[in-house]
Amino acid sequence: MSKNKIETEKMNWEYAAAPESASHIQLKEKYDHFINGKFEKPSSGKYFDSINPATAKKIAAVAEGNSKDVDKAVKAARKAYDNVWSAMPASERAKYLFRIARLIQEKAREFAVIESLDGGKPIRESRDIDIPLAAAHFFYYAGWADKLDYAFPNRKPKSIGVAGQIIPWNFPLLMAAWKIAPALACGNTVVLKPAETTSLTAMKLAELIQESGLPDGVVNIVTGDGKVGAEIVSHDGIDKIAFTGSTDVGKLIQKTIAKTDKKVTLELGGKAANIVFEDAPLDQAVEGIVNGIYFNQGHVCCAGSRLFVQESIKDIFIKKLQDRIETLIVGDPMDKNTDVGAINSKSQWETIQGYIELGKKEGLEIFQSSCKMPKDGYFIKPTLFTKVAQSSRLAKEEIFGPVLAVQTFRTVDEVIEKANNTPYGLSAGVWTDKGSKIFNLTSRLRAGIVWANTYNQFDPTSPFGGYKESGFGREGGLHGLSAYLKFD
Amino acid sequence: MSERINILKTYKIYIGGSFPRTESGRFYNPMNAKKESLGNICLSSRKDFRNAVVAARKAFGDWSDRTAFNRSQILYRMAEVLEGRRDQFITELMQQDSSRKDAEKEVNLSIDRLVYFAGWCDKYQQIFSSVNPVASSHFNFSALEPTGVVAIVANKDSSLLGLVSYMAPIIAGGNSCVILASENKPLCSISFAEVLNASDLPGGVVNILTGKKSELLSQIGSHMDVNAVCYTDGIKDELIQLKEASIENLKRVKSYTYDLTTAEVENPYIINDFQEVKTTWHPIEVIGAAKASY
Repeated sequence: MSKNKIETEKMNWEYAAAPESASHIQLKEKYDHFINGKFEKPSSGKYFDSINPATAKKIAAVAEGNSKDVDKAVKAARKAYDNVWSAMPASERAKYLFRIARLIQEKAREFAVIESLDGGKPIRESRDIDIPLAAAHFFYYAGWADKLDYAFPNRKPKSIGVAGQIIPWNFPLLMAAWKIAPALACGNTVVLKPAETTSLTAMKLAELIQESGLPDGVVNIVTGDGKVGAEIVSHDGIDKIAFTGSTDVGKLIQKTIAKTDKKVTLELGGKAANIVFEDAPLDQAVEGIVNGIYFNQGHVCCAGSRLFVQESIKDIFIKKLQDRIETLIVGDPMDKNTDVGAINSKSQWETIQGYIELGKKEGLEIFQSSCKMPKDGYFIKPTLFTKVAQSSRLAKEEIFGPVLAVQTFRTVDEVIEKANNTPYGLSAGVWTDKGSKIFNLTSRLRAGIVWANTYNQFDPTSPFGGYKESGFGREGGLHGLSAYLKFD
Repeated sequence: MSERINILKTYKIYIGGSFPRTESGRFYNPMNAKKESLGNICLSSRKDFRNAVVAARKAFGDWSDRTAFNRSQILYRMAEVLEGRRDQFITELMQQDSSRKDAEKEVNLSIDRLVYFAGWCDKYQQIFSSVNPVASSHFNFSALEPTGVVAIVANKDSSLLGLVSYMAPIIAGGNSCVILASENKPLCSISFAEVLNASDLPGGVVNILTGKKSELLSQIGSHMDVNAVCYTDGIKDELIQLKEASIENLKRVKSYTYDLTTAEVENPYIINDFQEVKTTWHPIEVIGAAKASY
């Protein structure tokens, strides 16, 4: 028997490379703004580079927007709202959205490849999660367009007007879908600004929208950095702001519009607690913790970045977690075997490295995978800190990278106290086999999404959004409609 | 025999179920239209507001954990107690410039509004919650939870109805609150605190301060342990001040300008405005027999 024992220590876990081909995608060298149904050169005449973070090489140039471009886009959106979109029967609006959903499905592979090239996320994630969910979002909200009266009894819902939408770089196409689909279904027109490092799938979406025959000006896309976002927020012709991004920028937006009647929804940062009890199915929990923090390189606002392990299982659980982390494949986002892709940008890489250095300086115990690392591009090893104090900056601040801060607890009350002791309140996770304990925890954790014995699940029918400083308003489901409607 | 000397009422504030004076020792002296003094009213300080928030936070856990049925009964109890003290409130409203007819109407509406929202306590959850048909093997539902501690700036033109109309939906939903009473018509607010105190409402769920908006508005907006603000005076500058002060902890600021003498304020959407949506996911085990068609 003993000679048949598998010697895992010596086993070579290398997988053969399985790269996705990029030969079928069509990328232009230069992308202009999408305004009033046409691609328009930036009034500044300037373009900036969009970089593949896995190679640090340029893949395309993107128009640099300014106030003139934003103004043009807002005017186009207003015209389309007044003349076409708000007057169209809701059932016809729905048909355009269904059509867009179908087109995304038809072109899913191209979108997935570009998403991974431009943003650094593993192709498996863009193929299986980002793109299918984006299509599903359009499909879901399409059906709401002519049923809004049933969602708000006694209220007579009406569209708001022109929505300014600013989205982050972690789920570029999916966030565009989360914003555009409900806005259009409710009868609004939009001016969208993608994040500056990940504009390409938004521009591909613009091409797709053109192909769908959506009336000109209903969706306008202006590219650029935060300055363009600020122009959108402060533009007088915007009736509603929808923002996903950092809490700091969310507060700036609030400041800018406090004197106006603009409606706003904010989906901001998080520092989610993922809580493992001694009676949890430990192997499943390990998978959930890994998925919770290393999914999309930890660039997830609802990432389970604080792990709370019950003291009685601390040693065995951390060991299992470390063993699992060792098996994660870090590398080429285009390889179908890759688990953890490239950090989205150089500046984000520097931020995360800064936190890792800080953790070491604070005297925390660090564990990092011993995996092979690519030579070029921006990559960070899956990282785990133990012996983290509640007061540590690693336990308090959103890192937005593959860095997990581990704390322990003894009692239910203690872990609820610790988990809720944060200004954030976006999401949380609970792992236990005991039903009554699950419901106790899920009802006492102050967070907008609670995953029990699972983590990082998303669905168009499921409302997403936070408590406290994680923002307000919901995206997804029936609850996501009210952000784009006004009532008598 | 000389005529009997009346016992004059000392108006105090209401914090954590007790009736203290303002810690500042200050008072102000609002007048009615006939230039009669309404009394020496507590001029609450920022410190009073902070104390009231501490009391509200302490009461929040217990109140939000109460069953909806229990909250419903307590709101109904308030209506019962208020009904029994109608005359006192009518007298106070007349002292504050209402005609008898208007005073009676305001008290009646206030009682009815309490009954209306008492009935909502165990119903709004079913209106606004959902089971979400996700495309994966999970049980997924969204339900409401109260936002937390709410500061209510009571309507300036109404001594009783303005306060009751917004307090009722906010506590019906399981929040606790701190109310700044109408500055120039403060009498009913403190008498109403006595109603609350006699209605099995746990101390601290509703706290009532009298004083000046000009002194307290920025404190209400900037306090880091207040989760939401309910503003009903419709004065643009004040609303902007509240919104700007509220940014640091992203308070939910809601402004209403309903005509309180009509039924338009009677809707569950006000309850909903002070709720957070929580979505819970749990996997469903897919077992072979689940597909059998028996």
